[in-house]
Amino acid sequence: MQFQFANQGLGWSDTYFLAQGVLNTIRLAVAATIVGTLAGIVLGWLRTVSVTVRFITAPFIDIVRSVPMIIQLILANSFLSLLGIGASPFLFGTVALSLWMSAVTAEVVRAGLLSVPLQYRKSARSLGMNGLQELVYISMPLAFRTALTPWIGLVLSLIKDSALAGVVGYVEYMRSTQILITRTHETWLLLMGAGLFYFIICYPVSRYSRRLERRIVV
Amino acid sequence: MNGYQFYWSIVWDSLPLLLAGAWVTIQITVLAFVIGTLIAMPMAVARQRGEGWAYRFSTGWVELSRNTPAVFQLYIFYFGLGALHINIPSYAAVLLSVSFNNAGYMTEIFRGGLTAIPRQQMPAARSLGMTGPQSFIHVIFPQMFKVIFPAYVTQGIWGMLNTSLGMLVGLQELSGATQYAQSASFRTFEFFLATALIYYLIAKALQFSSQLVFRLIYRS
Repeated sequence: MQFQFANQGLGWSDTYFLAQGVLNTIRLAVAATIVGTLAGIVLGWLRTVSVTVRFITAPFIDIVRSVPMIIQLILANSFLSLLGIGASPFLFGTVALSLWMSAVTAEVVRAGLLSVPLQYRKSARSLGMNGLQELVYISMPLAFRTALTPWIGLVLSLIKDSALAGVVGYVEYMRSTQILITRTHETWLLLMGAGLFYFIICYPVSRYSRRLERRIVV
Repeated sequence: MNGYQFYWSIVWDSLPLLLAGAWVTIQITVLAFVIGTLIAMPMAVARQRGEGWAYRFSTGWVELSRNTPAVFQLYIFYFGLGALHINIPSYAAVLLSVSFNNAGYMTEIFRGGLTAIPRQQMPAARSLGMTGPQSFIHVIFPQMFKVIFPAYVTQGIWGMLNTSLGMLVGLQELSGATQYAQSASFRTFEFFLATALIYYLIAKALQFSSQLVFRLIYRS
């Protein structure tokens, strides 16, 4: 009897597999964006107010920005495995992408906070606000306006970088596309689908952020 | 650390392999930087014109390269062209995709720089008898590069980081060579930590040398 493979062509049942890839990409991107942004805001604020923190964290930010994401993912994977913390590719991806996101967000937040004129902050303090009130009611809203468009750019970068999480075994959309290409050899159809997916997410957002940038002139 | 013993001498032993990979990384980085610049200069001019087929072509290129993952662009050049029976080596695929990506990002950087140059410069150059291309090469571009230099260098380093995707198509650049070297011992952490250090050093070297070049060209 001749051995036969099961149906190898691209079928409708594969859309379920691809949909899972889409969900995984979104899950990873959302998790890394939230964790990275929150950590980045704290880090950026600390880097603005404290010279010591700026000095200590400078190498971290420098290194994260000059080492490829793919290497960071592999290092997060092997390091967390050495520590014996879990074996979930989602965790590895989230840790690596959040670390990157926190480093770059910190710089954006710092630039935003530094763009607040000193007179505004002094005026707020002279009205009797304490440091925290001044930060929450004066500095942060103003910094938000300058930091918003660069931050959107970072989120788009993060979404595109999440396509690399496949190297640590996380089956996001790009990886699921690749798996299907290996099985079906429908290279162009599947690759175009992947390209379209990222383009549809990124293009409108980047257009909108450019319009926003023109509107918000501080 | 769960009793894990670090074992660094094995990395030290395969250092020649990693350095050979680093050399490939540097080659592709520099070539893609030059190719990207050469493509981006006319495209930026076309983008600034705001009409015509050249504008639409370069806008399409810019949006495509900026709004899709670099790994997707690499797969198009490697697997996509392969499916059309155009089999290019992985070296060429990485070089083409990083150049494509560089050109798209640089076009936008250059366009930003061009808007910073006073409008009168172009008519002034033309009235001195220069042709269009001449006035761009001798008058407009030298001023533009001075304005955009920091963003331009950052993009060059970004391109260097993107060459690490060569690992995914079996190219023995720094990441691919590390992947190969560690597969004999599976000392993944040690090997990739060393690689991260080498990438960091390359990035710093690129930054430093480009600043040196900048000072030499724009002596002031």
